Amino acid sequence: MMSRSSRRTFLCASASLAVLSSAGRRAFSAESAQLGFANGDRPLVRYPGKRALIQLTARPPQLETPFSVYDEGALTPNDAFFVRYHLADIPLSIDPKAFRLEVRGHVATPLSLSLEELKRDFEPVEIVAVNQCSGNSRGFVEPRVGGGQLGHGAMGNARWRGVALKTLLEEARPKEGARAVAFNGLDSPVAPETPDFVKSLDIGHAGDGDVMLAYAMNGEGLPWLNGFPLRLVVPGRYGTYWVKHLSDIEVLDRSFDGFWMSSAYRIPDNDCACVPIGAPKGAMRPIERLNVRSFITRPAEDARIAAHVAFDVKGIAFDGGHGIEAVLLSADDGASWTAARLGDDLGRYSFREWRAELSLGPGVHHLKSRAVNRAGQSQPLAPLWNHAGYMRNVVETVRIEAV
Amino acid sequence: MRRIRKTLILAALALLAVPALCAAETLTYSLPEETATLRAGPGQETAQDNCVACHSVDYIERQPPKMGRAFWEGVVKKMIASYHAQIEPADAAAIVDYLAATY
Repeated sequence: MMSRSSRRTFLCASASLAVLSSAGRRAFSAESAQLGFANGDRPLVRYPGKRALIQLTARPPQLETPFSVYDEGALTPNDAFFVRYHLADIPLSIDPKAFRLEVRGHVATPLSLSLEELKRDFEPVEIVAVNQCSGNSRGFVEPRVGGGQLGHGAMGNARWRGVALKTLLEEARPKEGARAVAFNGLDSPVAPETPDFVKSLDIGHAGDGDVMLAYAMNGEGLPWLNGFPLRLVVPGRYGTYWVKHLSDIEVLDRSFDGFWMSSAYRIPDNDCACVPIGAPKGAMRPIERLNVRSFITRPAEDARIAAHVAFDVKGIAFDGGHGIEAVLLSADDGASWTAARLGDDLGRYSFREWRAELSLGPGVHHLKSRAVNRAGQSQPLAPLWNHAGYMRNVVETVRIEAV
Repeated sequence: MRRIRKTLILAALALLAVPALCAAETLTYSLPEETATLRAGPGQETAQDNCVACHSVDYIERQPPKMGRAFWEGVVKKMIASYHAQIEPADAAAIVDYLAATY
């Protein structure tokens, strides 16, 4: 019989071994993926804790979710969830016991909280929310623009569990005149002159009750590359705000003017966040809320189906928090549309699954899906354009052949 | 079959329990090896010397093909002006030549 303490030692030892065993191994790249645009060949690489994902870059790691994963369900599995970093000095060693979250700045009571305190002393909150990169689908933008050449795989939907930022701010008590909150994580630039990745929210948004600090995702601890041990979750906002390895929250008595807010992640300051192709940028503002998108996840592109036999069409839709009102499906390249059946409602920030049945005559068919949210916003039939390739949400088309 | 699944579940639970059970133990993460290399061409060494300090070279390889000189000039300028990469002007010009000709 093992004593309690020796059993604990055994578990620790075997766990260390599991972590170490992956050290120094060559990247596993059994297959590659083609994303569907020029120079869109990518290796599939297996990182510790992840299944084989589409590698955009190695240092810092940027990994896309293979599109077939979105057909598996409304929640994106942790081992398939996409990874995006900006700066290459990412944390590779973390002591969860020593980790502290600081809440400081223009507050009456600065806080320094351990993970244990965050889990034990604050009522847990849960929310299902989509995290999507500002530049998701950038590789399909024509004419092409610079930046991470992503397919559709820089999005994911998870059940986040943690502490409401509102609760922490109430404890820290922002002083009169507090205007913004800045968020920093454990990742750093390689060169000290490079601006550190820091993002900010207005004080009102930060305390709205939806913004939270997640220590768990889909019922498990956060995967390392998705921000272990703590990340910011900003439901309805693009992933750029969802600071990973979150360790520092600073309340400011002014608006935040760091590089990643004032120069990067900016969109044309108009209703469509777009400009005519090649036109000057004009006035810009920080990117904010997700626009409406929908995808057909089944059948897959170039699938062959039996003519005149009913088959399932399935997909996902989401927006920036109004919630999905309807998804329309066209089997004739947009000439006519019929409503699909919506699946379970996991909340207004979540992927919403949808389904329909079709039966088609022989030949090539172009299926399209178009979502409408509860504010009446929808997706454009022709793509909008901006210099950074942000916020692409054109109606997508899937080509299939009935034989 | 059932036994195998049970074993797997137990193993997974043991791993999940690690942060709680292993007091004061630092957890580490190992990234796979970097494999991307720059394409051959005049200026390759200058690009190698200046770019890889901050990022892997797949950042270059993954850009859309044949974007032209103005595009690569913009990229190098951004690295210097926005990210404060310490690149000598002569090197910067050589890197732009290399990228525009090779990618």
